[in-house]
Amino acid sequence: MRSRDRFNLGKRALIGLPWLWMAVFFLLPFLFILKLSLSEAALMQPPYLPFIREVSDGMVTMVVNFGNYLLLLEDPLYLNALLNSIEIAAWSTLLTLLVGYPMAYAIAKAPHNWRLPLLMLIILPFWTSFLIRVYAWIGILKNNGLLNNLLIYLGIIDQPLEILYTPTAVYIGIVYSYLPFVILPLYATLIRLDDTLLEAAADLGCPPWKQFLTVTLPLSIPGVIAGTMLVFIPVMGEFVIPDLLGGPNVLMIGKLMWTEFFSNKDWPVASALAAVLLLVLIVPFVLWQHFESRNRESLG
Amino acid sequence: MSLGVKKSRIALFSLLAFGYAFLYGPIVSLMIYSFNESRLVTVWGGWSTKWYGELMHNQQILDAAWLSLKIAAISASFAVVFATLAAMALVRYKRFRGRGSLLLMLTAPLVMPEVILGLSLLLLFVAMSEWLGWPAGRGQTTIIIAHMTFAIAYVTVVVRSRLAHFDFSLEEAAMDLGAKPVKAFFTITLPLISPALIAGWLLAFTLSLDDLVVASFVSGPGSTTLPMVVYSSVRLGVSPQINALATIIVTLVSLAVAIAGYVFYRQEKQRLKSLQ
Repeated sequence: MRSRDRFNLGKRALIGLPWLWMAVFFLLPFLFILKLSLSEAALMQPPYLPFIREVSDGMVTMVVNFGNYLLLLEDPLYLNALLNSIEIAAWSTLLTLLVGYPMAYAIAKAPHNWRLPLLMLIILPFWTSFLIRVYAWIGILKNNGLLNNLLIYLGIIDQPLEILYTPTAVYIGIVYSYLPFVILPLYATLIRLDDTLLEAAADLGCPPWKQFLTVTLPLSIPGVIAGTMLVFIPVMGEFVIPDLLGGPNVLMIGKLMWTEFFSNKDWPVASALAAVLLLVLIVPFVLWQHFESRNRESLG
Repeated sequence: MSLGVKKSRIALFSLLAFGYAFLYGPIVSLMIYSFNESRLVTVWGGWSTKWYGELMHNQQILDAAWLSLKIAAISASFAVVFATLAAMALVRYKRFRGRGSLLLMLTAPLVMPEVILGLSLLLLFVAMSEWLGWPAGRGQTTIIIAHMTFAIAYVTVVVRSRLAHFDFSLEEAAMDLGAKPVKAFFTITLPLISPALIAGWLLAFTLSLDDLVVASFVSGPGSTTLPMVVYSSVRLGVSPQINALATIIVTLVSLAVAIAGYVFYRQEKQRLKSLQ
């Protein structure tokens, strides 16, 4: 009996410790975002008025302020940032898929002993600094950068192209940084694909492109969905890429949050923006979880 | 081999070549230009290592690098402990109260935008220091806690996928022979899953070393990490010293990952051989 008790204690610790840590440091903080988004900014340390205030002797009142959310609705800047973020996230997800799918397909079709090294080479950049990889593009894309110099040298253009600090640069940066997140789940579904299905289709006279469209593509949908979510959700709140490559011309919600927080010291508005972003992300997140758990079940 | 198959092979191969050029081109260009004599980063002025020399005398960068390495090592080590517990719990017990919420809390950080993670943790720390008096200020400790939190989620993925193939009957056999659960874990399970723990540690270490956004929110005066220094200098444009720094980081990380990858590859091969 005693050893059983101890066993249970062990089980509890095993589950309880990580649960408690994540509950306190991941879940609980969202409540504070919500709370602060209903507070008022003030010139003090920390820069907001307390939620529960003493009005007179012993009289305490709770002040809920919806002003931050009203501001988000009134000033078109915020709505534009949100819509812009959705647009950029959607297009860049599609672009990343378009670049990543053929690569994942090619790796899955590569000779057996090539696959692991090829995959390693996809993952390796992910391990090296994200900030540095984004920074590398500044030197390539700027007006007198490598790309423009090369194109002028080749005589393709005679005036440098303006790429840096435009949405194009942001798209390039996102596709580049998020490519591994699309290739890995796609590869995982493509490699499990039963080749005999394709052979059967071929035997029945199905041309290769049709085999792809009717067999390979539909069966790789779980990988497409996983890749889509792994790009779309974090890109919605991306800060480094739009800030370094988009400059002042590209408005995104993550960048706006950063400005509100660090430049304007307006913690309540930054929190309201975070709350709105969270709300927008709930739908894709729930969808992702749903498909992932179904995926896991189908794997047994 | 028919002509059509050969053609598609060539198409796939050239596609991969383009893809890898896209992935590695920017990093390689940055590394080459770190050896550029000229201060104008895009004008080639001959080979030189002078930026590396200047880097070695840049006290601000050296201090920040030391702080970042410290934070990365500590947060990665704690993250591996928590992630191992979480992975063991998830793999061993398929049904328990709180399993769903644990899974949710371990997958959401993988996609959560960093600005939200950073801001929410900062607000928590502010509230905690108001109510509990701890953490008194923001700095190294708060950055470590923040980095642990998202690293736990990543490391759990790595350890969990290893444990999924783990034969728990080995542990049971040890316990049948009288080993206590803790001893069985440390003598049987831990050595067998150690490659995943090392890979997880490396991943957590590099994630921490790389983090700009979360650290910016939860750091305080006097605790400037390496990415924060890099970011503030990069905002002003391309700098040859940062190119040199980037080259060092990329080389070290690639070497570590390549060595670890090679060791695991060898181990795995040996394991498969011994199974036959």
